[in-house]
Amino acid sequence: MRIRRMFNTPVWGWKTPFDELDRMRGQLDKFSEELEKGLLQRRWSGVFPLINVTEDKDNYQVRAELPGLKTDDLDISATGKTLTVSGERKIPSESKEVNYHRREREAGKFSRIVTLPNQIDPAKVEASLTDGVLTVVLPKAESAKPRQITIS
Amino acid sequence: MTESKDIQVKEKQEVNASAEQTKPGPTFVPVADIFETELEITLLADMPGVKPEDLDIDLRENTLTLAGEVEPPEGAEETDIFREYQTGRYFRQFTLSEVIDQSKIDAKLNDGVLRLTLPKVEKAAPRKIMVKAG
Repeated sequence: MRIRRMFNTPVWGWKTPFDELDRMRGQLDKFSEELEKGLLQRRWSGVFPLINVTEDKDNYQVRAELPGLKTDDLDISATGKTLTVSGERKIPSESKEVNYHRREREAGKFSRIVTLPNQIDPAKVEASLTDGVLTVVLPKAESAKPRQITIS
Repeated sequence: MTESKDIQVKEKQEVNASAEQTKPGPTFVPVADIFETELEITLLADMPGVKPEDLDIDLRENTLTLAGEVEPPEGAEETDIFREYQTGRYFRQFTLSEVIDQSKIDAKLNDGVLRLTLPKVEKAAPRKIMVKAG
């Protein structure tokens, strides 16, 4: 947050203490911005596939980008607090006479375990795969849900 | 390259846009395979999250442009617990050296993978020119 200086009348050869304070505040802002960026970038595990986890009142949602995968290529299992996503990405080989200009897409096996912050109900886990994006919805276990307490 | 090796994680590459963006949000470069036969050039690009109606393919003066819009998949009441990848639009341009038959271009988008077939214009059969002495 940058705060506009109140006393911004130009004064020759004269620095108010507010100038110095403003400068320091600016530097602190920049420093904290950089720190935040660095932390966010480092928060990945280096295991394929990269995932995003979100939560709402009743569920956790785990998403991963898996372009070209079919439901048969995927193996998903869930236990009390963990979700395992494994499978193989297959890139069918083209006929022999092709000449490649670029080959950036990768095929191979993968397996990843995600630990969720709280207990889930493994029986009610649902997964869907649309446009190459996997979405797994994991309902929170009843014991893990916040309970409304009525005052008697 | 063996088929059974473990897949390596690869972070999405953000575009270093030469022009300033008019819309907020990141833009990524889709990874692609390009190969060619005598008859056609085929391009495969990974664009997860792009729906067929949100993909724009344009071929103009040897420049092929792929642009795909991605809607954020998260619902309104979801909050992040942790985030390893970002979502945003895809953009990539290629320069084609061959003349492409525009009327026969075929594009398919299945499970987030685009398959674009660009048939080359049929070359005229080589004609032998006889030089007569005279």
